[in-house]
Amino acid sequence: MVSTKTAEKAILKRNRIKDPWQDKLLYAIVGIFFAVFVILVLYPIIFVISASFSSGAALNAGQVILWPVDPGLHGYEAVFSHKYVLSGYRNTIFYTIVGTAIGVSVTFTAAYPLTRRDFPARRFMMVLCTITMFFGGGLVPFYILMVNLKFINTIWAMLIPGALSVYNMILVRTNIMSNIPNELLEAAQIDGCSDTRYFFEIVLPLSKAVIAVITLYTAVGHWNSYFNAMIFLRDKNLFPLQLILREILVSSRIDLSEIEDADLLAALVGLENLLKYSLIVVSSVPIICVYPFIQKYFIKGVMIGSLKG
Amino acid sequence: MAKAAEEKAKAVTTVNSKKGEKFRRFLLDSKKTWQLYLFCVIPLAYLLIFNYYPMFGVQIAFKSYTASKGIWGSQWVGLKHFKTFFTSYQFSRTIINTLRISVYSLLTGFPLAIVFALMLNLVRNARIKKWIQTITYVPHFISTIVIVGIIFQLFNPVTGVYGYIYRIFNPGEYPVDLFTKADVFPHMYIWSGIWQQLGWSSIIYIAALAGVDPELHEAAEIDGANRWQRIWTIDLPAILPTASIMLILRFGSIMSVGYEKVYLMQNDLNLVKSEVISTYIYKVGLKSATTFSYGTAIGLFNSVINCTLLVLVNWIAGRFGEGGTSLW
Repeated sequence: MVSTKTAEKAILKRNRIKDPWQDKLLYAIVGIFFAVFVILVLYPIIFVISASFSSGAALNAGQVILWPVDPGLHGYEAVFSHKYVLSGYRNTIFYTIVGTAIGVSVTFTAAYPLTRRDFPARRFMMVLCTITMFFGGGLVPFYILMVNLKFINTIWAMLIPGALSVYNMILVRTNIMSNIPNELLEAAQIDGCSDTRYFFEIVLPLSKAVIAVITLYTAVGHWNSYFNAMIFLRDKNLFPLQLILREILVSSRIDLSEIEDADLLAALVGLENLLKYSLIVVSSVPIICVYPFIQKYFIKGVMIGSLKG
Repeated sequence: MAKAAEEKAKAVTTVNSKKGEKFRRFLLDSKKTWQLYLFCVIPLAYLLIFNYYPMFGVQIAFKSYTASKGIWGSQWVGLKHFKTFFTSYQFSRTIINTLRISVYSLLTGFPLAIVFALMLNLVRNARIKKWIQTITYVPHFISTIVIVGIIFQLFNPVTGVYGYIYRIFNPGEYPVDLFTKADVFPHMYIWSGIWQQLGWSSIIYIAALAGVDPELHEAAEIDGANRWQRIWTIDLPAILPTASIMLILRFGSIMSVGYEKVYLMQNDLNLVKSEVISTYIYKVGLKSATTFSYGTAIGLFNSVINCTLLVLVNWIAGRFGEGGTSLW
């Protein structure tokens, strides 16, 4: 006997607008595409993580395919006993925090006067900023400038230049102008609020989302950048992590004498691959771990940026 | 006659007083907003030092720069450095390599981002959609160095997955090292870029698609349009304005390929295909103070072309497209 419930379901199913066969085909294609693409994206990431937990011998024999073989933490021991990886880590954290703080402050100080319609020099400053988006001196004159400023091989080379990103500044400006009504300014002015106080007590608290976006963008930029460090720094003790990574991962020059533990050194000869995988994981973990939680801010950033045009 | 002269004089004074009025107003406004000027001090210093000083330093492209004489004092040599570059074998090589990479990426990455967004829009389960987005955005946040490191490791002929797969089909043999093959470089560069950026670069189109009124789809569905037809008539037109702006930007930067990733993937064996303008400037320009001028000249040549291209492409887009496709 068929129960009334299943009969009802069957009727509902029959009465629903059916997808034409073309649509079914389309959805199938889409499903297959994303299944393949997601696997393609995930596979190298999983592989690297598995490799970093495997043994060096298994890696060199090419046995690691998806899951760790002979699991162990030798790679990580090597990474953390590498002199420059630790100093690089410390430097990167320092450059990221201080550089981001400077960058965000300068960007907001620059953006605020340009949001004020009653600021007489607004047009002039805007023109000055816009020009820099089309013309630039290029690499060599910039290098000469850094030489003249005596920034070469100092931490200032990592913190000061590039703190004012005109692109971010315009993004902030557009956002403030479209989000904070002019009436607020007028009301504040009538109450005798000064321009500085208005910035700190009205504009900044109302711009939390865009502050988050700019902070994240700048921080990730600092964390991942290597080129300025490569050009301007000579002293290995000042190198950020990415530059140390470059030497080990890309140039394949692992100086085993830089690993200070003698026993480990003996075990490590021939285990360079393992060290590389562990390094990749160690250097990317902070960003990958934080990313899912702050993803919406990044996406917001792209949206705000796209509205600018 | 006298009357006309009088009127003229009057007009002049009104113009003058108008000017004076404007100036007075400017002073008055400035006095009221003096604090805003203080806000501008540091950014202005930044712009002048880090943006305008290098621009002014571009003049060494026409000079023979020596560190002791500085930017001002160095000898003018006219177009010497440009001539050296134009007659060097690196001229055609770097330009062709730059164009090859950017055109290749324009033909693959640009349409694929649109296709990706259109396809994601077809995923009906909101949670799966969210997951796909989260996963495919991850590589965007991995640093260039790590990406290149991963490529090197995966495609290692002995220890990498590439070698492993090769050995399944040819037991006991090792494949060629792909990084020694110059011809492989562009493919490796472009497709690793797509792997890293495809999801992220589609965000802007996904946003455009999210703005489509669902009633349009409902109406079309009732009229018997299937999903394919709705893509062509509803989704694609919704993306078009965004796509055309992105295309303009892409065309405008067709002569600029960043050095960060190319430089990392270069080796002596693939330089024939991998030396682009920006990496060449870095290598030749920063080698020593005597080559500063030469490097600057190449950079100037490149940025003049970039700027011209952007203006030109935008002008063409403004002429042929309907209003709104132009950048400014």
